[in-house]
Amino acid sequence: MSDAPPVEVRGLVKTYGAITAVDDVDLTVRRGDVFGYLGPNGAGKTTSLRMMLGLIRPTAGRVRLFGRDPQLSVEALAGVAGFVEAPRFYPYLDGRTNLRLLAALDGGDAARRIDEVLEVVELRDRAGDKVGGYSHGMRQRLGLAAALLRRPRLLLLDEPATGLDPGGMRDMRRLIRRLADDGITVLLSSHLLNEVEELCNRVAIVRRGRIVYEGELEDLRRTAGISYRLRTVDDERARRVCAAQPGIHGVDGAGAITFRPADEQALAQLSLALTEAGALILELAPRSATLEDLFFELTEGEGERRLADAHVAAAARIVEEAPS
Amino acid sequence: MSGPGVGTVYRWELRKLRSQKRTYLGLGAAALVPVIFAVAVAVQPRGGPNDVPFGRYIHSTGLAIPLVLLLFGSIWLFPLITALVAGDIVATEDGNGTLKTILTRSVERGQVWTAKMLAAFSYAALAILVTGTVATVAGVAVSGFHPITSLSGTRVSATHGLALVGASLGVYLLPIIAVACIGLLLSTVFRNSAAAIVGTLMFSLLLQLLTIIPGLGGLQPYLLSTQFNAWQGFLRTPVDWYPIVRATWVCALYAVPALCAGMFVFLRRDVAGG
Repeated sequence: MSDAPPVEVRGLVKTYGAITAVDDVDLTVRRGDVFGYLGPNGAGKTTSLRMMLGLIRPTAGRVRLFGRDPQLSVEALAGVAGFVEAPRFYPYLDGRTNLRLLAALDGGDAARRIDEVLEVVELRDRAGDKVGGYSHGMRQRLGLAAALLRRPRLLLLDEPATGLDPGGMRDMRRLIRRLADDGITVLLSSHLLNEVEELCNRVAIVRRGRIVYEGELEDLRRTAGISYRLRTVDDERARRVCAAQPGIHGVDGAGAITFRPADEQALAQLSLALTEAGALILELAPRSATLEDLFFELTEGEGERRLADAHVAAAARIVEEAPS
Repeated sequence: MSGPGVGTVYRWELRKLRSQKRTYLGLGAAALVPVIFAVAVAVQPRGGPNDVPFGRYIHSTGLAIPLVLLLFGSIWLFPLITALVAGDIVATEDGNGTLKTILTRSVERGQVWTAKMLAAFSYAALAILVTGTVATVAGVAVSGFHPITSLSGTRVSATHGLALVGASLGVYLLPIIAVACIGLLLSTVFRNSAAAIVGTLMFSLLLQLLTIIPGLGGLQPYLLSTQFNAWQGFLRTPVDWYPIVRATWVCALYAVPALCAGMFVFLRRDVAGG
């Protein structure tokens, strides 16, 4: 087996007429990663995954799965499984027969694993029912069972928890965690931050078809830093003061104002400026910025500076970790 | 992981057909039409479709009944039964969103396409076989197993006549397969079962209409609809091979480009739905 990474995407582009769904995407999923492919709906995640699975042809660029091109042959999908959007099955066949069909199309020992994978996704009791009568959650689980039949080393999952109730989401995540612990590399697309935070070690954040960040989740989180929440007797005036104050960044908030001070001195200067302007402080409290804040900044277009910070942090860590 | 072959995919295509209601709709019609026809013959001891070949013999031998049905069935019944599966077999995967499911396993697109083609052909052949068998059995039950008069006016023994009916069914398959190929192409291109089924039937009907346009009569020998009569070559003494040979290459002229185009589209298309 080559040392090629499970997923290597370079310069991937997909256009539909004038619309660019995927715009020059580069990403690398390393062995053992649980990689979050994160972005709002319509950012091009599913289109990217379809190209990775060889379902649609890239307009430009290339995909390699363990070094092989899925556009050339399904042999590139050996050891790879997953689904894009909701997994789909033949509604007029029962769950087990659907799996038997897919196992037959897999070849090898897949057919002998049907009971085992049904057990893993806890669908054994309903395997004799027609899929047409399955709930959304059961189909998602059957989708995962179908993927596991292939004994994958790489799982590509497109929003696997979408449409599930809270219990179903928890079970699905637990299952993915378990599979990752068993050594399966996972690429998981999601628009749910908490899902990615809970499961992933690395992320790519995609915005309108472009990757705006790729790297360790930890680096991103570190960059998120600390922000402050401010309420005054005159928030409008306070907002203007904050915006004009040196060393105060990311002023935001519709109700209470949030911002990030460059340092404590900047914060002290701000409180003075607010008092002088007559915007007397009612509340000034630090809050840990969540990944969500950063996500919105990145995907809504205000995060370039902090993105650069994240890349600097990542570079610094790589230098630190490099053997001297 | 050793990939499975076309045979495996083909068996599962048949398995899918067995589980779908529309399969039985077509086969049911293929079985029911000859029964209704035979009953009509039985309750009307005189008369019959005297203006078509073998129409006047339906009361004197049961072997005439499958032959008359082949004539009537070519207008829309058999093209429709064929289109019902050929037009659906790719498009239904688009409708169910299952194309992405099967194309991310260990089978190449070409294998999936080939298996679907073979399954559509098998179904069409089965439909013809069902009609032929039911019509012969029902015909013999109603009008007896007697010698038949060939188109050349000679009498052919009942046993030989039965063999000729079998051979006729075989030759009848040629234009049916061509219709199936057109159905497969439309199924792949339209990605919609209803559009592909209706489109295939319309194609078949429009070709028959072409000949009524003045000046286009010369096209007649090269139309698909004409090839539905090629089997009549067997019912001449001696056997007239000319229409049969012509049916072979004319049908190929329709079938091969449709198949190539369908396969080309299937191999290259984006599977974006579902």
